Amino acid sequence: MTGEVDRLHEELEELTGHREPTQRRMKGRRTAASWAVLLLGLAYFFLPLVGTLLFSLRERPFLAAYAEMVRDPQIWSSLAYSFAIGVITIVLSIALLVPTAFWVRLRLPRLRPVVEFVTLLPFVVPPIVLVFGLISSYSRPPLPLTGTNTGSDALLVCAYVILSFPYMYRAIDAGLRTIDIRTLTEASQSLGAGWITLIWRVILPNLRVSILSGAFLTLAIVVGEFTIANFLARPMFATYLQLISGNLAYEPAAVALVSFGITWAAMGLIALVGRGSQAKIEITGAH
Amino acid sequence: MSYLTLTGIQKRFPNGFVAVSDFDLAMEKGEFVSFLGPSGCGKTTTLRMIAGFEQPTRGNVVLDGTDITDRPPNRRNVGMVFQAYALFPNMTVADNIGFGLKVRKRDKASIARRTLELLELIGLPGTGNRYPWQMSGGQQQRVALARALAFEPQVLLLDEPLSALDAKIRVSLRAEIRAIQRALGITTVYVTHDQEEALSLSDRIVVMSQGRIEQIGSPFEIYNFPQTPFVARFVGTLNVLNARVADATAGRLDIGGQEMRATGAVGAAAGSMVTLALRPEILALGDGEPGHVRLRGTVDEVTFLGAVVRIRVRLPGDAGIASVDTFNNPHLAVPARESSVTFSFPAEACLVLDGAGRDAVVAAATAI
Repeated sequence: MTGEVDRLHEELEELTGHREPTQRRMKGRRTAASWAVLLLGLAYFFLPLVGTLLFSLRERPFLAAYAEMVRDPQIWSSLAYSFAIGVITIVLSIALLVPTAFWVRLRLPRLRPVVEFVTLLPFVVPPIVLVFGLISSYSRPPLPLTGTNTGSDALLVCAYVILSFPYMYRAIDAGLRTIDIRTLTEASQSLGAGWITLIWRVILPNLRVSILSGAFLTLAIVVGEFTIANFLARPMFATYLQLISGNLAYEPAAVALVSFGITWAAMGLIALVGRGSQAKIEITGAH
Repeated sequence: MSYLTLTGIQKRFPNGFVAVSDFDLAMEKGEFVSFLGPSGCGKTTTLRMIAGFEQPTRGNVVLDGTDITDRPPNRRNVGMVFQAYALFPNMTVADNIGFGLKVRKRDKASIARRTLELLELIGLPGTGNRYPWQMSGGQQQRVALARALAFEPQVLLLDEPLSALDAKIRVSLRAEIRAIQRALGITTVYVTHDQEEALSLSDRIVVMSQGRIEQIGSPFEIYNFPQTPFVARFVGTLNVLNARVADATAGRLDIGGQEMRATGAVGAAAGSMVTLALRPEILALGDGEPGHVRLRGTVDEVTFLGAVVRIRVRLPGDAGIASVDTFNNPHLAVPARESSVTFSFPAEACLVLDGAGRDAVVAAATAI
């Protein structure tokens, strides 16, 4: 909006010839500085990736590292496992955090700071502390979960649900802020809907973009998480990457780039879904 | 037996604030009742207690012989229209209207049939596939009304449904609301702070102030026979004049050195100050008919309001200023500013309030 106003001002100045030469020079300098900062940022971000790509292409014949990666069944099993764990984590996080954030906003607004603090704890408690806490608590009766693969998987998912708190809760809470949940809740209740129908048919669909944002961030974190997976000895993608890094030179670089690609694809999907919703908001705003 | 009864309703919030107290109302089936009052008078809280969104601290709500005080809102069969429309943004107009029926597990064919029926009723046929954000405010509120009516609720509640709309749409939509309500014969409670809305729509009006009922009556009764100073002041425009009681028993009053006689005894001591309330449209320039009260004053201001010309007349002393409304016509002789004029009114059109003008009507003539 501000950009549009600036452009209109510029056009007006051009038409009326009121633009001062000094003003023009100042603006030119500002634009050059902006480009310099942008290029610096892009270089900082892309140079390591370009380096990794060039390194992964050194192996002969051409693209051998990628061919090797595709042939390795372990990469696909670890990716599949990671995505499965990621999806379960996302489903559990949504099931836990959507009703919580909804209820806090609707009925317990005074508890918001407390809940926000709790959801930020994963930033304060490092994963190594979390995983040691989980192992020491659940490796002996009454809940010896680490004794079985299923038990360890459950622990892994629970740990990832905790890790996802800051991203998922904030995304959902931001989404709830944009809708009048109190009125929508009352409207659906007056029409005969119970709490489950309300959340499933009214609240969740209106939080679609927010939940997707949180979900993809969670997926990216779960797929790339190493510490907890390693200490619980689960075959996650990050542990596989660490494993092959010890034995091979070029393949880990290829795998790292592929994992980057997957994360970017996920982000692209958010942007794609979010764009549709933005259009709606703009049209509503124009009314 | 009444269809909707509110008995001894009180609402005290946890912070101790009493929003509603001693609220008693009995409504007949098909009746249109408006809750009218200023912001914070408890009208919306009362409506929300009927809807089930607020729990009364005391008293009960009975609908068609069943006590629904403790029933959750989704099990009351009460439709509600909100000020902010509250349409579900993720659903089309048809899905919004059909929501209540879907929740009640009606079959798809009957939901589609009922949706089409209601779209016709609200004058928006062919808009079922649109989303709320593709419609104007007035259209959205019509859809909200259709949605609230779709599942055939026992009572329809409307919480200031027109206040977010512009004046022209408000007037046309309120006529449509009344027509639809009459056509369906649905018992309706309408909350508003707009007296014109309440007066034009309602079978009866409940005027509220500070959580209490001031008066319940038909629009005619509320406007012409206000029972409390608050109602007299809140509904319609009112001239307020100061007078001294000359003879309480005889009802003689002194207004800026001019005498008038009330229709009965004044319940205030001789020598004390009372307030007189007069509707502007009751006052007429000139001597009026024999027996009318006549007062002289100086023209303070003449305001042209289109169909009406309002002449403000300053009375001597601290008696105050009276606005005299007269219908506009091209041959109207408008008095000049600072000229001396006489205006008159029937004594029974004057309401005598107490000195403070707040607590009670101490002596009322028959009508304003």
